[in-house]
Amino acid sequence: MIQTQMFLEDGDREILEGRKGQTLQKVLESVVLYGEAFGAQRLVPLDGPVHLVTSFGIPLLRPVFAMMDEFIENGITAKFPFTVDPRPLDYENVKCSLLEKFVFKIMYGKQKDYESQLKRVGLKDENAFSCTCYMDEVGNIPKPGHRLAWAESSAVVYANSVLGARTNRNSGIIELFCGILGKAPLFGLLTDEGRRAPWLVDVKTKSLPHPQVLGSAIGMRVVEEVPYVRGLDRFLGSELTSPVKDYFKEMGAAGASNGAVGLFHVENLTPEAKKSGAGLLAQNAKTYVIDDGELEKVVASYPVMWKKSDARPKLGFVGCPHLSLHQLEQWTESVRKALEKEGRKKLKVRSVFCAAPDVVARFKKNPAAHQALLGTGAKLTSICPLMYMNNPICSKKAVVTNSNKLRTYTTARFYPDEELLTLLVKGR
Amino acid sequence: MKTFKGRPVLAGQVKGQSVVSRQGVNLLASFQKSALKKAKTVICSDQNNKDLFGKELTGKVLCLPQTIGSTTGGLVLEAVTHLGLQPLALLFSQHIDSLAAAGVILSDRWVNKRIVTVDNLGKDFLDYVQDGRTVEVREDGTVVVD
Repeated sequence: MIQTQMFLEDGDREILEGRKGQTLQKVLESVVLYGEAFGAQRLVPLDGPVHLVTSFGIPLLRPVFAMMDEFIENGITAKFPFTVDPRPLDYENVKCSLLEKFVFKIMYGKQKDYESQLKRVGLKDENAFSCTCYMDEVGNIPKPGHRLAWAESSAVVYANSVLGARTNRNSGIIELFCGILGKAPLFGLLTDEGRRAPWLVDVKTKSLPHPQVLGSAIGMRVVEEVPYVRGLDRFLGSELTSPVKDYFKEMGAAGASNGAVGLFHVENLTPEAKKSGAGLLAQNAKTYVIDDGELEKVVASYPVMWKKSDARPKLGFVGCPHLSLHQLEQWTESVRKALEKEGRKKLKVRSVFCAAPDVVARFKKNPAAHQALLGTGAKLTSICPLMYMNNPICSKKAVVTNSNKLRTYTTARFYPDEELLTLLVKGR
Repeated sequence: MKTFKGRPVLAGQVKGQSVVSRQGVNLLASFQKSALKKAKTVICSDQNNKDLFGKELTGKVLCLPQTIGSTTGGLVLEAVTHLGLQPLALLFSQHIDSLAAAGVILSDRWVNKRIVTVDNLGKDFLDYVQDGRTVEVREDGTVVVD
């Protein structure tokens, strides 16, 4: 048993002493040690379900499968039904060659078993696989001030920044441990002090920047610190509308993957910035000015990982993180118009649009829009493009995307939305 | 030779060769390729990390400011430890971050393999240490760079 200075309630003390079994003891020990690394003095109850990052049955995660078996054997489940990141594969909508299928069967051979384990430990339902669990259609939507223990960097930054909930950037498995205990250590972004901004980011661009380029620039500069972003309300207004939330979803995902941003405040827009304004800035906050030149430099720094830098794209991914219903409708319209302008009926590049299963189901309730998208040759799926691309065969393909997150982890090449659309329509 | 004092997050006494990143280390991007291939040693696959890309990480004393990126980070570190491909030690110039903390704790408690971890070594440490130096880490968080 570990020795701890942390205050624990009687029930937790019993767990730590091993009186409720060795597995639960190891779970609590891990969470206590994790909290102690950050000076947490106590655990606080969670106000809502956790969101897990580990959705893939990849043999590399053998220690996780063993851990899950231990939970199941001991009847250990999460306190609230949880959501989880997207599945890696969808053979129906994202076709693969025989060789790719062979590779995927080896890579994700444990997928079915792992999903069964997730269900037994407390997965919400069959459709709970998305990195955008906070969409209305999916329903894992925390309220402002709710204390959570989420993983998935893009979901964490969204919950903190756009919804005003409170979660640290928990690693995979730690979030599940907290979900089992129904508690998280009190530190960092769970505290008022941890939510203050040591950075003022002054956006001075001439037009609204691409969200995933702006997020990338911010992430690379502030790394894990909290930025207070000024100047975006010139373009976005002061209402947190669906398109504005989508913009922040994209910006946050890039900031979290290109850096380690877990929370951002945007002046006149995000809930805490609306309430407290520049009062959120820490004393002696550093300033980072972002103009058009700075963003050009950031984009120029992205390495091209294709074997032939002038290759014709073979595959396009849109929706990392998963698209909202509004974005899906918008892309459908943009693709339709761009094809019409070119006098074409079908996209030249195989294009895959990704959204949560529940968002796809709602999109399908509008048969005209659904058919319009599929009619262009585009495919609609709920996979994680990042997981799909993480194998030696896909990594050799010339893949294009508007996701800086996908670019960071794979060989996919980043293009802003309009350039990407042209590529998908014309093939180059 | 220079000595630095940090906070032992997971204490231990080890001696090894340094590999240094001046920028945040993305654990998923760095370890995934070698781990997925079940390679005998991890070669950093993070194209965005000019300091580490292509360098061996297994058994090294990895010196870094902190880790960044996906929240699979801690889990990836645990999985790499399970395969026996983990770094010998992690030495942070700054306070340890939540992903790295999870990774070393999961490795310690669930795989029973300790990655000796010291944080708060300061900017001077990262300015001083270079690739390929012999680094000794002591129980109390003292780090001696040869």
